[in-house]
Amino acid sequence: MKVYIRSTACISPQKTFDDGFLDEIVEYTGTRLAAIEPDYKEFIDPKQIRRMSHVIKMGVAASKKCLQDAGVEMPGAIVTGTAFGCLEDTITFLTRLVEQQEDLLPPTAFIQSTHNTVAAQIALMLQCHNYNLTYVHKGISFESALTDGMMLLNEGETNNVLVGATEEMVDTSFKVLTRLGLYKRHPISNLDLFKERSKGTIGGEGAAFFLLQANSSRESMAELTSLKTLYKQGNIEAAIVEFLTSNSLGIDQIDLVITGRNGDIGNNEIYDTPGKSLFKNTAIANYKHLCGEYPVSSSFALWLAANILKQQAVPQVVMEKGMVVSPKKILIYNHYLQKYHSLMLVSALS
Amino acid sequence: MSSAVYIAGVGVISAIGNDVAEHLVSFEQEKAGMDAITLFDTIHRGELPVAAVKLTTRELAEMTGLSPEISRTTQLSLVAAKEAIADAAIPDPSKWRTGLISANTVGGMDKSEDFFVDFLADNNKGKLRFIWDHECGSITETVADQLGVSDVVTTISTACSSSANSIFYAARLIKNDVLDIAIAGGADALTKFTLNGFNTLMILDKEFCKPFDEHRAGLNLGEGAGYVVLVSEKVAKTLTKVPYCKLSGYANSNDAYHQTASSPEGTGSYLAMTRALEKSGLRPLDIDYINLHGTGTPNNDSAEGTAITRVFDGKFPPMSSTKSYTGHTLGASGGIEAVFSVLAIKHGIIYPNLRFETQMEDLPLKPVTKFLKGQKVRNVMSNSFGFGGNCTSLIFSTS
Repeated sequence: MKVYIRSTACISPQKTFDDGFLDEIVEYTGTRLAAIEPDYKEFIDPKQIRRMSHVIKMGVAASKKCLQDAGVEMPGAIVTGTAFGCLEDTITFLTRLVEQQEDLLPPTAFIQSTHNTVAAQIALMLQCHNYNLTYVHKGISFESALTDGMMLLNEGETNNVLVGATEEMVDTSFKVLTRLGLYKRHPISNLDLFKERSKGTIGGEGAAFFLLQANSSRESMAELTSLKTLYKQGNIEAAIVEFLTSNSLGIDQIDLVITGRNGDIGNNEIYDTPGKSLFKNTAIANYKHLCGEYPVSSSFALWLAANILKQQAVPQVVMEKGMVVSPKKILIYNHYLQKYHSLMLVSALS
Repeated sequence: MSSAVYIAGVGVISAIGNDVAEHLVSFEQEKAGMDAITLFDTIHRGELPVAAVKLTTRELAEMTGLSPEISRTTQLSLVAAKEAIADAAIPDPSKWRTGLISANTVGGMDKSEDFFVDFLADNNKGKLRFIWDHECGSITETVADQLGVSDVVTTISTACSSSANSIFYAARLIKNDVLDIAIAGGADALTKFTLNGFNTLMILDKEFCKPFDEHRAGLNLGEGAGYVVLVSEKVAKTLTKVPYCKLSGYANSNDAYHQTASSPEGTGSYLAMTRALEKSGLRPLDIDYINLHGTGTPNNDSAEGTAITRVFDGKFPPMSSTKSYTGHTLGASGGIEAVFSVLAIKHGIIYPNLRFETQMEDLPLKPVTKFLKGQKVRNVMSNSFGFGGNCTSLIFSTS
């Protein structure tokens, strides 16, 4: 079920929305990375901007830029993924509900709190009546959206599918997730994320969109060859081999593995095992020191892979080991809280 | 790619029954599920009726075996999903690839609300167990674990069309040969969050709702869960029990008009219905019953009615909104009403639209007002429309 990535746009804690490709890295100290917001006026009607929450603005702007770069005005489908949805609006409404004891609540936050708001706002902006769906399944929300998009193209329903992922971090979720033990208990530099051995990671957020097409063109960035999600997988190494085999590949044909290493001891262990055996002779890159950990961070990894293949260059800042001269095949392996695993095979255009 | 997808099992829990059999009795007795609010403390008690499942969360937990500290949405979801699987009675299910495609709109919000009261007073307070299920996906995950399903586990949230979309997606996963069996539908429990949210929009009726009536004044919130078991042609051949019907048509379209309101001409619903018909290869006059989205709000019913008028062009099949029984169960409604659609085919019944009195002035539509038995029901269209313009129509057909 291979498809082609025609364009991608990404808003993240790095300057990924601008021209250039990770050539100026932003360093943070703390345990929370906030997305760098573009000038939204270029993409969204200023009257709308005021009403939109952070995640809606990120999603709408990233989708608009992605479509612009592809030269596509009307996608055949809009499919998004988000684990937490519109947190800012949800928490605003919940807070007022408690503090005002259900009295005199304004409706706006409730209206915009539904998980499908970003996909809906994109449809509204484009006046797009086509297929529109939002997946909300924890660490595979983005992969679920991608699977749907790939299936739509495979079914011949349309030739263009806009697939994206959005996640926002707000003070409340940062506090709660810190209490749940997701983040480190002391501030660190994001660029030192892989240096220390301690529990917890750093939180992140962002929006990344992809215009997928059934057929390749000279403008295609890369081929999304295959995607697989695994739930509570025991032997991940065997699953990776099986995934590669099903694509008629051996590990020696993979030029680069991008892992979801996030600096948390427990999380890292899962990558260490294949790192020492299966990926022993393979170049490895990581990305979460740049964007932080969040349920749809694999969308950042796919943005990274598509750009690496398009530009035929790997930014030094992501490299963990090995050298890549002319990248042709990239394997992205991410897991979220050791429960949801995903494998994406991304290839250069032949 | 083009193989048929069959409905092999159904399960449902709502204000009018805890299982399929109880629903059939309530339908025939024309017994609505609305009542005063008892589930939680709210300033709206006594003022707004709701259609709650007639079991406390503790009683539900006894049925499911889950801790009562786990969201009511999870409990409802597990009850209905288990019934659907038992009903399908698939021989040797372990030999097939099985998925759970579920849906809901606010995850474990009932517990998040409890957490939030303590958390707002002190950010270091609030029982973390209560926030754990805040994510929509958490509900599905617990249910999948309980059912032992792991091949595909995912969650859809498109407001009030969520679980119609999960059934739609499940069928496609089977057609694309990703799965052999899919349990699909959705669940939503009543919460203060949604009750107050809909109340701020001033679309809650203080009386029992009157869908498609000229004097309708809004919806009543409900809760529940509904699941169907979809199987591939290959699995269907191994069944000892004849499948209920096929899922013959489905389509999803966006109204692209307003975040919450439907366009006056019902563009999204019109497209969903026509595209679903196209998919099924059926003509409008082949449809024997429409299970309306029919929330009872002035806006929805007028938009949906306008779209139906255009699609069916004067030759209207019997139609009704079962939300006049169950209230609007939000993310569960598509799943629950899919079960009702399947049961209509199986038993040759058509449900009445309770409390309908006066036809809408500008539309030529008159829903069914009496419970009808012995009907020839071959093709049923089920409509589900939601915030964000997400419109989905499903068509179930005799196999």
